[in-house]
Amino acid sequence: MYRYIINRLLMMIPVIIGVSFLIFFIMDLAPGDIISIMAVDATEEQTEELRHQYGYDRSVFYRYSLYMKGLVKGDLGTSIMTGTPVWEMYKERLPATMKLALGAMVVAMLISIPLGILSAVRSGSIWDNAGMVLALLGLSMPNFWLGLLLIIGFSLGLGWFPSGGDTGFMSIILPAITIGTGHTAIMTRTTRSSMIDVIHQDYLRTARAKGVSEKNVIRKHAFKNALIPIITIVGTQFSVGLGGAVLTETVFAWPGVGRLIIDSVNQRDVPTVTGSIIMTTMLISVVLLLIDLMYAYVDPRIKAQYLRKGKG
Amino acid sequence: MPLMKDTMLASRRYRKRSQLAEIWHRLKKNKGAVLGLAIIALLAITALSIDFVLDYDTQVISQNIKERLQHPSVKHLMGTDDLGRDIFFRLLYGARFSLSVGIVAVAIALLVGTTLGAFAGYYGGVVGEVIMRSTDIFAAVPNLLMAIVIVTAMGANTLNLMIAVGVTSVPQFVRITRAAVLTVRSQEYVEASRAIGRSEPAIIFSHILPNCLSPIIVVVTLRIASAIIAASSLSFLGLGVPAPAPEWGSMLSAGRRFLRGYSYITMFPGLAIMITVLAFNMVGDGLRDALDPKLKR
Repeated sequence: MYRYIINRLLMMIPVIIGVSFLIFFIMDLAPGDIISIMAVDATEEQTEELRHQYGYDRSVFYRYSLYMKGLVKGDLGTSIMTGTPVWEMYKERLPATMKLALGAMVVAMLISIPLGILSAVRSGSIWDNAGMVLALLGLSMPNFWLGLLLIIGFSLGLGWFPSGGDTGFMSIILPAITIGTGHTAIMTRTTRSSMIDVIHQDYLRTARAKGVSEKNVIRKHAFKNALIPIITIVGTQFSVGLGGAVLTETVFAWPGVGRLIIDSVNQRDVPTVTGSIIMTTMLISVVLLLIDLMYAYVDPRIKAQYLRKGKG
Repeated sequence: MPLMKDTMLASRRYRKRSQLAEIWHRLKKNKGAVLGLAIIALLAITALSIDFVLDYDTQVISQNIKERLQHPSVKHLMGTDDLGRDIFFRLLYGARFSLSVGIVAVAIALLVGTTLGAFAGYYGGVVGEVIMRSTDIFAAVPNLLMAIVIVTAMGANTLNLMIAVGVTSVPQFVRITRAAVLTVRSQEYVEASRAIGRSEPAIIFSHILPNCLSPIIVVVTLRIASAIIAASSLSFLGLGVPAPAPEWGSMLSAGRRFLRGYSYITMFPGLAIMITVLAFNMVGDGLRDALDPKLKR
């Protein structure tokens, strides 16, 4: 098991290197380099000095190697705009994004899992059809628009919630619903199809024949066996949320990582963009790994597999 | 010999048509898919013919401060925006941006993704490994962030928007094509083709890819839906089609300043995006069921 975890963590290294190079390289193409921003009032000589210091007199590979040297030591670089380390800025924004990602997931799970199960159990019924239509609508709705609609209705109209900022429990509800709706659509579909796969299995018939109540058949026998795809999709959706919901955070002026990235993009703050995206990618990889490990606890068969691999 | 070739061609044509007819027959039964197709057709006609109806310079982008912020009425079906421009006209014109960006972006992804995926699946080995690992790296960055970075680097305009959205869709095409190719590769007709000495690229393009089409077609349709959302998202963030073009996402963004009292400015463009995306999603779902009856619920 531990060997499996370590292997997976090691496998993340090439991905991180690749991602960092990719982002670094693309951002390097962006018009207006650091020097022209930093050296507004500098003399020609000072500009040259700066160019040399930051490696702008050499190739992008050299600049990347400078960046990587820092990254290995845990230095994500320094923001051009604020002069603070990128890591500090990222760390400051992460809790808000985490909170929002969790909130969205709670909303999504509360709606999608019961709805998906109901749709599967009453397959073909009006519940099923309504559920699927809702899921399709949720999937097709641009979430920045949904966010604006919620603000118009519940914040400006009814005045129940604040329209932006992170100001406590009430302020998280609208953005969480905004992101959660997209999750809900996908998760309802997954729950439904996973449940339908399970529902015709023989062991359910056996359970019924033994006299297990229908409620328990669904809850204990069917749902438990349908869990793996559901966990997978919960995990992927959650990790998507960690990427910083750029749009939702923009609409609700939410002080998260997504805002940080889009603000830095607008200000051409290359180190902040690069650093934040690298951190986000790492975080997502770790979450996906955790999801993978969770399978083992849900499904003893998978646990057995991991253990075997670990020994080999 | 020529005769044999003729009959082979004829029979192939016949089979192809009947298969298509069969798929169409199944798709027709899906009400959602038919509705979706109708909406897409309507949007396409609008996008193609709008130049004959509206004058872009005077009716779509010209400002008219006297008529600014007018609520929907008979004169202005969906009202006017803060610069006095008719929102309905702008929406009609905007269909052109959303459709073209969605379709071109997916075409780029399709071309690059299926080619890479086919090579990865067909050759495997080092080539395949390199392609797949690079795909993993691309896919590890959240799509929207990737698109934002690309547009930032290349500059915000319509072409770059298409490229950025297209690039972010590539990994999905690589993966699905590779998976499909892996299953088709070991079929007998591929072996037969190789036995008569056809070149490898010829085998890939004439035998393998056509037989991998169904999953690819479904992904194309669904990807157009998400590409349209992605493109309007970028425009909403100010990173897409530049003003004053009537792109739905940027129209929505402009309406943000007038949420109180003039919510119709944000209402209609959002509705337009949603209906368009919904149409592609319904067709995609319908196609998936029609192409693979086994998956049908």
